Amino acid sequence: MLKKRIIPCLDVRDGKVTKGIKFKGNADIADPVELAGFYSDNGADELVFYDITASAEGRAIFTDVLKRVAETVFIPLTVGGGIRTLDDFDRVLKCGADKVSVNSGAIADKTLIRKAAERYGSQCVVISADVKRQDGGFRVYGRGGRDDTGIDAKEWIKYCVGEGAGEVVLNSIDTDGVKGGFDIEMLNEVCGSLSVPVIASGGAGSVDDFIRLFREVPCADAGLAASVFHYKEIAIPDLKRALFESGIPMRI
Amino acid sequence: MLGIIDYGVGNLFSLKSSLRSIGAEAVMIDSAEGLGRVDRIVLPGVGAFGDAVEKLRRTGLFDAIKREAASGKPILGICLGMQMLFERSLEFGVHGGLGLIKGEVRPISEVIPAGYKIPHIGWNELDFKPHPLFKYLKRGDCVYFVHSYYGTSCPSVIATADYGAPLTAAVADKNVMGCQFHPEKSGPVGLSILRAFCETGG
Repeated sequence: MLKKRIIPCLDVRDGKVTKGIKFKGNADIADPVELAGFYSDNGADELVFYDITASAEGRAIFTDVLKRVAETVFIPLTVGGGIRTLDDFDRVLKCGADKVSVNSGAIADKTLIRKAAERYGSQCVVISADVKRQDGGFRVYGRGGRDDTGIDAKEWIKYCVGEGAGEVVLNSIDTDGVKGGFDIEMLNEVCGSLSVPVIASGGAGSVDDFIRLFREVPCADAGLAASVFHYKEIAIPDLKRALFESGIPMRI
Repeated sequence: MLGIIDYGVGNLFSLKSSLRSIGAEAVMIDSAEGLGRVDRIVLPGVGAFGDAVEKLRRTGLFDAIKREAASGKPILGICLGMQMLFERSLEFGVHGGLGLIKGEVRPISEVIPAGYKIPHIGWNELDFKPHPLFKYLKRGDCVYFVHSYYGTSCPSVIATADYGAPLTAAVADKNVMGCQFHPEKSGPVGLSILRAFCETGG
């Protein structure tokens, strides 16, 4: 039986892992290569790396970090952050990424997903969206959660999957960093009927939050979190054991 | 010396790194001539079956692989590389494969129940028969899959994974072996399978 996945997310800036609270106030906490190895040894099913540097220099450091991770960690690696062109796909895939996650880049260029899926295959293309409640609906936000794009989240995700995105990461801006649980309502509303895997992100604060996620959001294939793992508030082996004992299929 | 077939599809970075991590010396092989110099062959692959076979044919590797297989050299196909070992595939038309493993490759949508997502992506448990490739495995071990097609009508299945239906996860006929999952992305379990392949006879 296919297992539900637990995915730590590593935001990397200037070669270090950071985690912001509601996308603001980042603080450096660890060496990404070391942290990736630690997570892989401790049951992480996959790793997501977000490059949150903007400079060319930062980008070069990031690809070097990625390469070093891919040389030592043998679980799936997804890379996102600053992906705007096919050249960006190429750059991170050559460094060992298995999947590439696009967010603002797909909003800026509505053909990016199709072009990438045609060249690298759908299994390689992940659409990541930052979603926020707005005027009684769910909207997609761009630029790291700062701009309201005016796009309806459900329509957007449907469009992206139709264009060839093979996986969806949904990050709730409303619950991100709050540690009060995943955004169950948003997840069910936006991706309840999708035919591709869905990774839920934003709001994990406790083991129970993950249990609720997988029980109440049948479309969720994976739970993604950062700070609760980075600050060792939740140990992944303990989390997976608890999920397993709650009847949720886990790789133990 | 192990040779990884490099015919211009997909990303071989992880495969190379994972082999290096278990101490296996690997070289990239992009021509028929190079194939004779290695004593073990890994055939990777992502993308579409027809394109991949066409690329193998264009480089002369298609016939060379068949020749080496007939000579008894151990071969491991991974993902699309495993599918290419079969006689034919029904992905976007009917395409002939290497024919080293009996059977054909068909869409998983034909066998999995409604409501199951396609592709089959993620970690799934291997239900395996005793085989040298699995000598380090224990019951319940999981590996990482990403695929929409699967091998069927095949007498050489040595492992399956349950995705609403048992999907072929690995095949073997003497020196010709293949796995649908990605051992290079399956953590310690995957590395143990690569190690076991490096230790098979030949």
